[in-house]
Amino acid sequence: MKIGGIDIGSRYIKYVLLENSRLIDFQRKETGYNPMSVCGELLESSKPEKLVATGYGRYLLEIYKNTKTITEIKAVALGAKAVFPNAKTIIDIGGQDTKVISLNDKGDVTNFEMNDRCAAGTGKFLEIMAKTLGYDLEIFGQHCLDKNAGIKLNSLCTVFAESEVISLITKGEKREAISHALHDSIVSRVMSLLKRLEIKDDLIFTGGCATNACLKSMFEERLQRKVLVHDNPYLQAAHGAALYAMDS
Amino acid sequence: MTKDYKQMWNNLDINLEAHDGLLAVLSDAYQNIYLSQHNRPEGMKYFDFVISEVHGLRIEEILEAKKERRKVIGTFCVYVPEEIILALDGVCIGLCAGADVGSDEAEKFIPRNTCALIKAFMGFKLAGLCPYIQTTDLIVGETTCDGKKKAYEIFDEITGGKMYVMEIPNMKGEDGRTLWRNEVKRFAKKLEAITGKMIALEKLNEASKIVNARRKALQRLSLLRSFEPSPISGLDALLINQVSFYDDPVRFTAKVSELCDELDERVKDGSGVSKKGIPRILVSGSPMAVPNWKLHAIIEGSGAAVVGEESCVGERNFGVILDDGFSSVEEGIEKIADRYMNIHCACFTPNDERLSDILDMAKRLKADGIIHYAIQFCTPYMLEAFKAKKALDNKGIPFLRIETDYSMEDMGQLKTRIEAFLEMIGKGVRV
Repeated sequence: MKIGGIDIGSRYIKYVLLENSRLIDFQRKETGYNPMSVCGELLESSKPEKLVATGYGRYLLEIYKNTKTITEIKAVALGAKAVFPNAKTIIDIGGQDTKVISLNDKGDVTNFEMNDRCAAGTGKFLEIMAKTLGYDLEIFGQHCLDKNAGIKLNSLCTVFAESEVISLITKGEKREAISHALHDSIVSRVMSLLKRLEIKDDLIFTGGCATNACLKSMFEERLQRKVLVHDNPYLQAAHGAALYAMDS
Repeated sequence: MTKDYKQMWNNLDINLEAHDGLLAVLSDAYQNIYLSQHNRPEGMKYFDFVISEVHGLRIEEILEAKKERRKVIGTFCVYVPEEIILALDGVCIGLCAGADVGSDEAEKFIPRNTCALIKAFMGFKLAGLCPYIQTTDLIVGETTCDGKKKAYEIFDEITGGKMYVMEIPNMKGEDGRTLWRNEVKRFAKKLEAITGKMIALEKLNEASKIVNARRKALQRLSLLRSFEPSPISGLDALLINQVSFYDDPVRFTAKVSELCDELDERVKDGSGVSKKGIPRILVSGSPMAVPNWKLHAIIEGSGAAVVGEESCVGERNFGVILDDGFSSVEEGIEKIADRYMNIHCACFTPNDERLSDILDMAKRLKADGIIHYAIQFCTPYMLEAFKAKKALDNKGIPFLRIETDYSMEDMGQLKTRIEAFLEMIGKGVRV
């Protein structure tokens, strides 16, 4: 039986297809301005018998297709637990949300924290800053000085931080140094959420931003713990939704 | 609305065009949030009617009262001793402060990062949208937070000197009690001066009975919500609590009692407004002035039931009954002052009694979890949330802390958080 999990995020729609509990397909497409048509394209070819939607746009499928939904917090917990059986703490940084999640031994969510309404410390922040510094988002994390060059960004607000970055550029600061400071500011933001939870190993980093090696190593340094990232950190929430569909 | 009130609003200097817009938005929101609910008690029809006439019939009644030389006293807080107002034939009205209107006007006078409630009462007045404010003879403020305290100074200028501010002590010891008793006495004198009357013992007794009867009716409603399944939605119960601030108290009490009779029947049948076994949520924190229905709408829209409000628009308003066995006006005023000192607002330090209230309510209402609500920039409640979380963690009661305002821009994030919280407390929501 084919089972689908779809994660309608603010930047990308991620789709996982399971067959006999084995992951047989993963796709990722830009959400764009018409997410319903993107979902249609993704679902068209595979025609899953069961489907669960998650992510910011989950209601779209619920309203138009009567699809069952779960929150991305539950979905990411299920998806992370499936690939990292000892997962206890999750950092998930997506396009517009940052979440930190605590799990018990069984994998149930026992506590979580999430950023407020603004994009401070999220993927969107990283994306805009990469653009301001002239990097592609995919390689942004590779262009980061290893050490702090004495620059600290005072603002976490995307709009204010961008002006701060521009003023650093005009002062002649190296962009790798500014890049370090930007990554550092995201990590600080997430640390303030993490401090409200009890951090336990294994610590898993998921979401699009987990592809950024600089963020991963900064978390490891600050937390003095190993941070585990799956080969494809985009897929955990969609995978979790599919696993939920399978069990329901 | 049953008739055309344009002339009346015009006489009250209401901005008719903007006001029509407000009523249209309110009516749409009411339709979507309230009238779309299933299985509502028949007794809610009265409250639907009150809302449909919120700026109509009730204003007409107040204007009639003014013709009889009764004074209209506007308030923003449950510390204002209503018994004294009623004893002097006054009309006590909680003023409009629950919608995001006139913020741009308000921001000419106050900073952008001021709480939504303060912005709203300034905005309602400045944009000419609150007929209640226009009918008032006196507006009573109180020193429950820095924002309100300073905003009242500005509001006094805007309303042409209508403000009267009561000092609420910050600590609950003997000095605080003495200060507050003196404040209540000062308030009584002020009211005697503007009404040109003296408080009579008989009238104070009668007023105390009226307000106590309303408290008891609301307590009965609260008790009925402790049954599983709850016979009434949290949204409807919130509305009733909101209406309690501006409806005629005697009529309101009668209508709540009628509704409770109906709810009694539901409870006897074991029937409720929703099915058994859905998560039961206690909301605790900042007040939700009408038409602020945002949080309840999200929670109940996500498949849970709100079973109580540890809030000024809720339990803090009716939880304590006045000891009305007094035999002189002086004794009465002291007892009234002491009754109000028992409200556990976050403006006090320390305020551990509020934590006990939350725990007691959670137990009595069989809550599966607490959602702590603070209006953004409402420092007292934002800070107390951390203490509340600790107290509830110790008892193993799930707790979610929300900070928000009246706008709809964070609906997505709030839904995700609340749904994830409901998933977490283990009964499943959407699947």
